[in-house]
Amino acid sequence: MIRELIINLSFLFAVFSFITGVKMMSKPDTAEKGNLLSGLGMLVATIATLCQKNIIGGFSGIALGLVLGGVAGVIAARYVKMTSMPEMVALLHGFGGSASLLVGTISFFLMPHSDALTTITIFLAIAVGGITFAGSIIAWAKLRDFSISKPTMLPAHHFFSLIVMLSLIASGVLLCFPQYQVNSTVYMMIALSLLMGLMAVLPIGGADMPVVISLLNAYSGVAVCATGFVIHNYLLIVAGALLGANGTILTRVMCKAMNRSLPNIIFGGFGTKVAAKGGKTGGKVASITVEDAYAILEAANSVVFVPGYGMAVSQAQHAVKELGALLEDKGCDVKYAIHAVAGRMPGHMNVLLAEAGVSYDVLLETDDINPLLEATDVCVVIGANDTVNTSARDDESSSIYGMPIINCDKAKTVIVLKRSMGSGFAGIENPLFFAENTRMLFGDAKATVQALVGEFKE
Amino acid sequence: MDTGTAMLLMLVLMLAIYLGFVLISKVPSTLHTPLMSELNAISGITLLGAIETTGGSGNSSITYILGVIAIACAAFNVVGGYLVTDRMFKMFTKKGAK
Repeated sequence: MIRELIINLSFLFAVFSFITGVKMMSKPDTAEKGNLLSGLGMLVATIATLCQKNIIGGFSGIALGLVLGGVAGVIAARYVKMTSMPEMVALLHGFGGSASLLVGTISFFLMPHSDALTTITIFLAIAVGGITFAGSIIAWAKLRDFSISKPTMLPAHHFFSLIVMLSLIASGVLLCFPQYQVNSTVYMMIALSLLMGLMAVLPIGGADMPVVISLLNAYSGVAVCATGFVIHNYLLIVAGALLGANGTILTRVMCKAMNRSLPNIIFGGFGTKVAAKGGKTGGKVASITVEDAYAILEAANSVVFVPGYGMAVSQAQHAVKELGALLEDKGCDVKYAIHAVAGRMPGHMNVLLAEAGVSYDVLLETDDINPLLEATDVCVVIGANDTVNTSARDDESSSIYGMPIINCDKAKTVIVLKRSMGSGFAGIENPLFFAENTRMLFGDAKATVQALVGEFKE
Repeated sequence: MDTGTAMLLMLVLMLAIYLGFVLISKVPSTLHTPLMSELNAISGITLLGAIETTGGSGNSSITYILGVIAIACAAFNVVGGYLVTDRMFKMFTKKGAK
């Protein structure tokens, strides 16, 4: 009796710690402690579960699983590069989904003839878990390997997706009838859910990954919730609900930042059209050298850096921070403008700059930086393109018209660091590059910024 | 599952979703990446379900092996998620706070 009480109180503590952990994340100063508290709650809940009466054996297997997963987790968390965080998060989603899928499957094997309510939750745990798993693995592969990050569409893709989805639902309905409560129904369900996840993520391009990752976050929340209903554990339900809420909020933020509806992104194929309707471009491109750029920066009293995915690709964050620090030393006001969809996942740029040691209070969102740009001397764009494309603001015929952008062109001078004149992910020409106050500085972002740092040190 | 249990769990779900929306919408966008990885770690709570089914009665060798795999997956989420989040939070510093 007393054991039961202690176990239940432990679960209650875990719920408290998860919620408080999330609450403490509303401020960067308390976030770290919140994470520790949350982890402590998890530890307590795990130990409490191991002490439960109905755990009667299999300890060697449990220990094996814990050690395998734990060691892999430690290694991954220690050695993953901050530029690879999107892959790491995709992988975490994948493992979360597969755990739900497996627990759902095992629960069915252990009690195949359950009531309808339990059966439906088993179906949800398997189906959503499978979709999350397969989808995350594809997302992970797309993030890792640039060559497959393009949207891929099979012939009649949406038609087949619909068939797969309907079949998946049908398999769930079948499972509610006693004569179909057999293993083969579950196998079919697993196969369909994996196929569904695969087909859902394949047509989505690399730059839309922030949305996919957010969406998979919500899916894995639903999978965890469903698993909670299967095993009647409110702890799983609370955790799943937090995750679901998070995924939904982030998905909404990402969609808003791109001014695109969720269906538009999910049904994908964006950027596959050969001629995306772009902004009118014309005029000359003014290309400058590192020395010229140095002269411009040297004279500036305020500088705003606008990083994009290009900064992550060339690992330029440390060099950028060094340049920023040098500018600050000579009394220049330095800020960073972070667009919500810059990079490959929500908050990607913030983490990179934080890694380099940039203070988080000079990282500003689009809405906060835009009013300041008119009074800014120099705006330095590093590997960003679509998020600073003025055709999104000025040209109604542009396919990205209406997407909120960072108004770099309002600054007195814009220096754009870019590998070549190629267009961005959306395949749209960027009028900013042709603007009168824009200077293009071609080359690898990291090498260029390092050269600038060298100039300042001389 | 009897209706009473189901309704109680639904109530928990409803309140948790509501609470989740309130709390998470207050997290600044700067912290969105660690937010996601911490919640991923929390989603490793499936570990409890995996342990319950693996250590419970009536297991065949197949369900046992699947259970061990599920435990490994969930444990990866928990350990990897919390540690990587901690690593990220350590990087977020304010000027002069070092």
